[in-house]
Amino acid sequence: MTSDSHVDGNALGGVLMEVFGREMTGARGRCASCGSVGPIGAMLVYRSAGDVMRCPTCGNVVVVVATIHERTRVHLAGMTWPETNQ
Amino acid sequence: MAGTAVLRRLTWAIAEVVDRVGETPRVQSLTFDVPDWPGHLPGQHIDVRLTAEDGYRAQRSYSIATPADGTRVTITVERLEDGEVSSYLTDVLEISDRVELRGPIGGYFVWEPARGGPLGLIGGGSGVAPLMAMLRARVGAGSAVPVRMLCSWRMAEDVIYAAELAAIASEGDGISITHTLTRSAPEGWSGRRGRFDREALSQLTWPPAMEPLTYVCGPTGFVEVVASVLVELGHEPRRILTERFGPTGG
Repeated sequence: MTSDSHVDGNALGGVLMEVFGREMTGARGRCASCGSVGPIGAMLVYRSAGDVMRCPTCGNVVVVVATIHERTRVHLAGMTWPETNQ
Repeated sequence: MAGTAVLRRLTWAIAEVVDRVGETPRVQSLTFDVPDWPGHLPGQHIDVRLTAEDGYRAQRSYSIATPADGTRVTITVERLEDGEVSSYLTDVLEISDRVELRGPIGGYFVWEPARGGPLGLIGGGSGVAPLMAMLRARVGAGSAVPVRMLCSWRMAEDVIYAAELAAIASEGDGISITHTLTRSAPEGWSGRRGRFDREALSQLTWPPAMEPLTYVCGPTGFVEVVASVLVELGHEPRRILTERFGPTGG
């Protein structure tokens, strides 16, 4: 979990902005597993062929992002109630 | 500015290299002129994309090292031995060359003088870059927010922004800057030696009771250690903002 391989949710700011059309790292989301709420920028991101975002509290997979042939897909695997500031 | 940044679509722009400064033998600061740049906040980053003739693309994120300055954006790039993007940026790219970039990106790891302090900035290696944007914004705005900046380097030759940091530190003005060298230190080195461990961090960071706002950026292992020690020392986790850039930067 706390290996040297992860970065912060900040790292997905660009790709999430592509999909949602707005800045998302300051947006808060709730982990569907443990219920903790925090900004996407503070979640943990494990980068590989796709990007896996995990809850910093319990390690649950909250978001998966995959880009294949210039098409990006986001799976809100374990994040509920993402909210943004106007 | 923040409002327009939120509503703007993120698109790739063609940016021209207008300045380049060698910070160390392995690190360069590159300044781009980006048409229609909307401005940015200290701590935000850009994505840089390179496309080879055969269509192969590589993309990396780089923190912006300067506060908003019209259409100018400066990043600081460390050349990594196996870094296909960083080696191109530091070794091949010349003034008036063009690259694709997009940004500004990020709304979490950002600071501007209105956010107040006291401000703690703790950087490892080229992780100092986004913290430098914050420090430069603080100095440029004539803000009174007190700052304690801690920079960790392997060797004296690795120190980036050395002259500017020395000048800011000598002004005093509520800003203190501490350097530490983790591998070897030359004779006459006046800074610290060794890693920022629990003892060093408890001496050098703001007391938790002052409710400081602390930004930590560097390689993942560095950020992990510093952030967890800060929490142990009693800092409020929500006021510790981190940016890990992995084992390497790419």
